[in-house]
Amino acid sequence: MRVPADRDPRLSGLLGPDGPELSCDECFDALDRYVELELSRSEADKQIPGMRAHLHGCPACHEDHESLLALLASER
Amino acid sequence: MPPTHNSPTHASHLDAESATWIERLQSDGPGYEAAVKDLHVLLLKAARFEVHRRRSALGEMRDSDHEDLAQQSADDALMAVLRKLGDFRGDSRFTTWAYKFALLEAGVKVRRRVWQGREVQLPPESWSGIADRLQTPHDDAETRELIDAIEQAVRNDLTSHQRDVLVAITLNDIPIDVLAERLRTTRGALYKTLHDARGKLRAALAARGLGIRRHEEVGTR
Repeated sequence: MRVPADRDPRLSGLLGPDGPELSCDECFDALDRYVELELSRSEADKQIPGMRAHLHGCPACHEDHESLLALLASER
Repeated sequence: MPPTHNSPTHASHLDAESATWIERLQSDGPGYEAAVKDLHVLLLKAARFEVHRRRSALGEMRDSDHEDLAQQSADDALMAVLRKLGDFRGDSRFTTWAYKFALLEAGVKVRRRVWQGREVQLPPESWSGIADRLQTPHDDAETRELIDAIEQAVRNDLTSHQRDVLVAITLNDIPIDVLAERLRTTRGALYKTLHDARGKLRAALAARGLGIRRHEEVGTR
């Protein structure tokens, strides 16, 4: 049976992302490049594999990402 | 005087603005102090931005306390940026690279301030209670079976430390930085524990024939 864990944010958070993901340190290291790639629509996920999965799994890194994205967007 | 840091970043492949930042911050001349002041202004802007974004979480805090948080964050970020200047590879603009240090410092400080004085409760050994914490109805058979399987795996397959970290972060909404501070460890170390715990849960579910539908599959149903 295949169950839809993403139906509820709690279940999704418990089980986390599937597949390979970056660590928190690797995420921080690549965050600036990733966000600039996102803003230039340059296939950020293809160029930095594992970043999207980590942002899905780590609430703190997710917040850092959202903030950097918002700050750069505010300067455009 | 410029601090010692890793091997100097070569400015030749950088965009013009980034190259100027690096040259000024690596100079020995009188321009160094001015560059550090300019960098602090840049970091303070990012820290204020982050504190402002998180102001609702900070509750009734005074504006002067918000400013104190931003100043402390900018000060700490300045030290981090100067210490790691040699790590800047030019994968992004220098300002983007520097911003992330200020946002990280401010984000951590805000989360810790919100939890200041609050008790971090870890789950008891006999813990079970995923169903009570779900945010959507869960009375269908397949979700019920999934919850039962997860609760069994949390009790039987995880170490007590893995259970504490998993429940605290994913069900009790304790920020990972706050938990790291209370447990005297780092965000990265705790996330590794969380990652391993999730891997055990997924393996336990797979062993019972409970495959997890991928995010994209759910989105394209």
